[in-house]
Amino acid sequence: MEPHRRRLETIWSPIVLIGIVAVVVALGQCSGAESVTLTINEMLIRMVVVIGVYTFVGNTGILSFGQVAFMCIGAYAAGWAAGPPAWKQLMLTGLPAFLNETQYPFIVAVLGGGLLATVIAALFGAAIIRLTGIAASIATFAFLAAVNSLYSNWDSVTAGASSIIGIPTVANSWVFFAYVAFAIICAALFQQSRVGLMVRASRDDEIAAKSVAINVVHVRLSAFVLSAFLVGLGGGLYAHFLGVISVDVFYLNLTFLTLAMLIIGGSGSLSGAVIGTLFVTLIVEILRKFEAGVTIQSHILGLPRYSQEIGLGIVLALVLVLRPSGLTNGSEIPCPFSRLSMRRSRSEQETLTSS
Amino acid sequence: MIGFLQNVIDAISLGSLYALAALGIGLLFGVLRLINFAHGDFISVGAYALIVPPLQASADVTAQMFIGRWPLPFMLVATSTIVIALAILCYLLLFRYLKSSSPPTLMIASFAASYVIQNVLLIVYGAREKSVNLWPSLIQQVDIGALHVAKLQLATIGATMILMLLLTAILRLTPLGVQMRAAAEDFRMAQYLGVRSNYVISVAFAVSGVLAVAVSLLFVAQTGILTFQMGVPLMLFAFIGTVIGGMGSLVGAAVGGMAVGLAASLLQAYLPGEMRSFRDAFVFTLVILILIVRPTGLFPTRAFTERV
Repeated sequence: MEPHRRRLETIWSPIVLIGIVAVVVALGQCSGAESVTLTINEMLIRMVVVIGVYTFVGNTGILSFGQVAFMCIGAYAAGWAAGPPAWKQLMLTGLPAFLNETQYPFIVAVLGGGLLATVIAALFGAAIIRLTGIAASIATFAFLAAVNSLYSNWDSVTAGASSIIGIPTVANSWVFFAYVAFAIICAALFQQSRVGLMVRASRDDEIAAKSVAINVVHVRLSAFVLSAFLVGLGGGLYAHFLGVISVDVFYLNLTFLTLAMLIIGGSGSLSGAVIGTLFVTLIVEILRKFEAGVTIQSHILGLPRYSQEIGLGIVLALVLVLRPSGLTNGSEIPCPFSRLSMRRSRSEQETLTSS
Repeated sequence: MIGFLQNVIDAISLGSLYALAALGIGLLFGVLRLINFAHGDFISVGAYALIVPPLQASADVTAQMFIGRWPLPFMLVATSTIVIALAILCYLLLFRYLKSSSPPTLMIASFAASYVIQNVLLIVYGAREKSVNLWPSLIQQVDIGALHVAKLQLATIGATMILMLLLTAILRLTPLGVQMRAAAEDFRMAQYLGVRSNYVISVAFAVSGVLAVAVSLLFVAQTGILTFQMGVPLMLFAFIGTVIGGMGSLVGAAVGGMAVGLAASLLQAYLPGEMRSFRDAFVFTLVILILIVRPTGLFPTRAFTERV
């Protein structure tokens, strides 16, 4: 195959994904309603997180329940950096002076969140990444619970059960979109890189991968750390979206939501992460509309509250039963200019859920 | 010395609760390789069964008990029936279709089931906590020498021992139990030898439902509060117990659950004051450490070794 065609093939899917998200954001801007913008902003942040989760779960095939802990870490780091100094000096007496006395701008706070998550992921990952299969999943779960417990009780640094308040909020969808585009590019570059290919090889057949001298532990760790960085960024963004953060936001419900987005979309591909987020947001919004009550031919049709959650659970269960590799079936968006794309997508169907 | 013994009894009673919950999780992992997150919600539903049917507005704080006021045998049968029905429903509607899926897929599926059950509880009973007064006489203390022991603690320990003996007897002595153990050992082989998988798994779900009810009643008698997520922390600790014990081994699950209870309650008693609030963080860190040292748990079974 000529080199330029191959290059087009590898960048096709991320470009299309960024395009799709851009269209969604643009449509939201056109509608002009504030509620639509809020929904889209939250979705974009979750998309950054889901792409981050995908970077580890999709590439390694190891299910992690702990990535939301990195979101918590990122969000709090951003809160420490961007919270109002007067409030921090009053409430967060345990913070070091460089955080306590200054209010850092948005981008510094968000990057700081990502970096702190990266550092902690490197330390924690180095300890647990040797675990395989279900033991690894359980260790990540214990990590989530440990971080949650630590952050809800470390009063002098996290304000414990109360919240960090006064983080400047960002409302411009295009800012969040930029981070989504960045996350898509990071994830795409990673999975096509040498290390990324090695991770995916060890996902598909760990023993064969070891036999060709792939250091499975090292490559998995790199996926874990990159994942934590992206998820941490998402956490920092979330802090700037909400303006107020508390620990219980970053626990089982959000873990469930992000995993549901990834698995419904298809955990085997980057397209799955993006499409899953879009799809789940759409479903949840439709159900929310019905919860509020919809008038059809003068009949008011209303679902009880919490229907959206139940609907999401049922959709996830249906996907697990009927289409275990997710909506995208674990393949990327095929490039129409390639004769090989159809064949390749079929060979990529081997994913986390079908293994 | 007395103080220490007092703490030990607290620890054993908490450990019993976790061990019971861990048995329910371990049983299903044995036959289905399912780590059942919904087990915590079975526990919640068992507790809410006391206030079935929902007689009052969801905003009421003090709950009206209906089933909860029946004589003990009827009450046990009624709550168990509700939770067994729920557990078997979960199997028939969801897990039946996932029998050949990987453990992570099953785990996610149970996460979904848990999420749905929690939100159904929210729809029916509302988000507000409810207080119930179950078995108030068990609050009284019994003096054993210089020890003051709440009757409830003795009841917890006693009920756990009875249920464990019963479960062991069923698994060892009845044909059904033999089939279940065979299925836990090697599911496919058991099927070839004529074990009816749907039947055995349904029974396992039912038994885990009964174990969940025992936990819910003992737990509610202790706390007196119903919340829609009340089972979740219990499930988390129990789940960790099964992991420490070695997934798939029932003895391991019981010992692991007990160990987590002991660790949690002794840490609570002996950590220095300002560290005490980090107890759970310590427990979970301990779990990660144990996993790193012994990834297959303390009582490894074949269920856990990955085949090439």
